[in-house]
Amino acid sequence: MIQLQGIERVYEVGASPVRALRGVNLSIARGDYVSIMGPSGSGKSTLLHILGCLDRPTAGSYRLAGQETADLPEAELSRVRRHQIGFIFQFFHLIPRLTAAGNIELPMVFAGIPAEERRERARRSLEVVGLTARAGHRPDQLSGGEQQRVAIARAVVMEPAVLLADEPTGNLDSVSGSEVVRLIERMNTDGLTLIVVTHDPQVGGRARRCIRLADGLVVEDTEPPSRRRSAAPAPEVT
Amino acid sequence: MNLLDLFRFATGGLHGHRLRTGLSVLGVAIGVASVILLTSLGEGARRYVTGEFATLGSNLLILIPGKTETAGLAPLVSTAPHDLTRQDAEAVRQRVPQIRRVAPVAVGTASATAGARSREVTVIGTTHELLAIRHLKMTSGRFLPEDLPDAAVCVLGARVQRELFPDRNPLGQRVRIGDWRFRVIGVIEPRGTSIGLDLDEVVEIPVDTALRVFNRTGLFRVLAEVNPNADLDAAGRAALEVLRERHAGQEDVTLLTQDSVLTTFNQILGVLTAALAGIAAISLGVAGLGIMNVMLVSVSERTREIGLLKAVGATHAQVVAVFLLEAAVLATTGGAIGLAAGLASGRLLERLYPDFPVHAPEWAILAALVVSCSVGVIFGILPARQAARLDPVEALMRRKA
Ligand SMILES: Nc1ncnc2c1ncn2[C@@H]1O[C@H](COP(=O)(O)OP(=O)(O)OP(=O)(O)O)[C@@H](O)[C@H]1O
Ligand SMILES: [Mg+2]
Repeated sequence: MIQLQGIERVYEVGASPVRALRGVNLSIARGDYVSIMGPSGSGKSTLLHILGCLDRPTAGSYRLAGQETADLPEAELSRVRRHQIGFIFQFFHLIPRLTAAGNIELPMVFAGIPAEERRERARRSLEVVGLTARAGHRPDQLSGGEQQRVAIARAVVMEPAVLLADEPTGNLDSVSGSEVVRLIERMNTDGLTLIVVTHDPQVGGRARRCIRLADGLVVEDTEPPSRRRSAAPAPEVT
Repeated sequence: MNLLDLFRFATGGLHGHRLRTGLSVLGVAIGVASVILLTSLGEGARRYVTGEFATLGSNLLILIPGKTETAGLAPLVSTAPHDLTRQDAEAVRQRVPQIRRVAPVAVGTASATAGARSREVTVIGTTHELLAIRHLKMTSGRFLPEDLPDAAVCVLGARVQRELFPDRNPLGQRVRIGDWRFRVIGVIEPRGTSIGLDLDEVVEIPVDTALRVFNRTGLFRVLAEVNPNADLDAAGRAALEVLRERHAGQEDVTLLTQDSVLTTFNQILGVLTAALAGIAAISLGVAGLGIMNVMLVSVSERTREIGLLKAVGATHAQVVAVFLLEAAVLATTGGAIGLAAGLASGRLLERLYPDFPVHAPEWAILAALVVSCSVGVIFGILPARQAARLDPVEALMRRKA
């Protein structure tokens, strides 16, 4: 599903460039459940943004579902984000003036899906995350956990192949945090490729495969080498 | 992405900041209202003036002493080497066969006194033919006599009669005009203003008498009525030729016709209206800056929202469209409100000054809406592009303001 080769990301800040990623090689199979951990500033978010086509690597190759993303024009990247990728953030990023249902409909609005279908799909998504009764509530009328569940419903409503979560439980207490984790794990069981960046070892430990970043490099990967080779044609894996 | 959804989403963005949104809408509304009102006034002035001249009748020649380069403005500038005289008028009548009536006109002001009552009046010295040429009607008595161009008789305008003889029949009564005494022989029906002269405020006396009263030899103008089936231009040229001959070969008389006057005034007042519209357009421009400001603030406040839109797959073009539409909605709402306010205050003016027709020209109404919408789009481009160019990662990572 995902193949990264020699991914580098350099931020030009003043005189000294910041090398957030320094050659990451990674391949992730369809339907896998991967956690990315590591110290602050190690490049986890940077990596996740590149995986989500929100950011482009400075160097290296990123193939998503066989498609080289470096060649894609901006408008095509938007389509990739729209159809292939769901994003969940630490700060939920719901639009305050829209209701829960309205927030969930948003990706479908930009995809040009007709209103009736949007409503129906939003309703089903709300059902999946257990918030049917809150459809008409605005974010400030919802708890943090509920907001994150709305954000999850929004992330998956376009039925993407990959769900990316950047510290999805970072702003939640342990109860709603584990609710959120269980929810996205259930989606992984249904076939969604799940990649979670987290500081919480409990959350990270639940993944089938744990990747550890340090200083812009993958320093640990629990994937058994045998499986790694078969899933990843990339010859060299750190 | 369908337009209605885009519209819903864009207008949703305006809901959060009622006051800010309201103020920028107000700015556009004021701009549009002033465009409408000022052009209404300009257009009203044009209609008023042209309406005045339209009552002249299309077969009338007006001969005015003096020659100006811009035909039509003659009454304003007049440097005549030769007077236009009674004899000139007679010559025109006799030598231009297409002309069937001629009325010489001398004008002055004097005080008119009857008994204890007195008022300033405009005195017109003319002949009996003015009655037919200007389509005047008598309330009582008769108009000036045909054969006595120097009799001491006068005809009163409706208001002059009301004020000098409020409670008695003026016919046969004496009126003193300046130092001269006149006998009233008729009263003209109320008529209202025509070519700048309120005929209700006028006293008509025989033309020779008038020239003596005002101690003049020259006429104010000569009105000549051409046979309805004759060529007006040819008659005009013939009349000018007669006068040129009489004035030692000098072309020192200006010829006006209803057409030429109307054309000139239409031009002048059209320019005036455009100038007023231009002034008002400045306020629209200022309103546009207001919209730009509001949109820029909105973009910077909604950075995170823009980042999110991109994360869920909105394209560059879609983000531009959202913000452009938002600006256009702001501006067009303002435009619609301004249009309503402009038209309403035009109505009010009309109510207050019924004589002065305020008229919003159709083009101004259409233009106000088109312009206000484009003001929104033009001044929205910069903020919208700024929004679309935001880097999604940076936009998302920005903490709450
Ligand atoms: N826009 C930017 N400009 C400059 N440097 C940046 C930018 N974004 C990230 N960096 C730098 O890149 C490095 C990696 O950042 P990143 O956000 O990926 O870390 P992280 O692992 O997600 O950290 P955290 O756990 O604190 O979220 C850091 O040194 C950071 O300072
Ligand atoms: Mg991070």
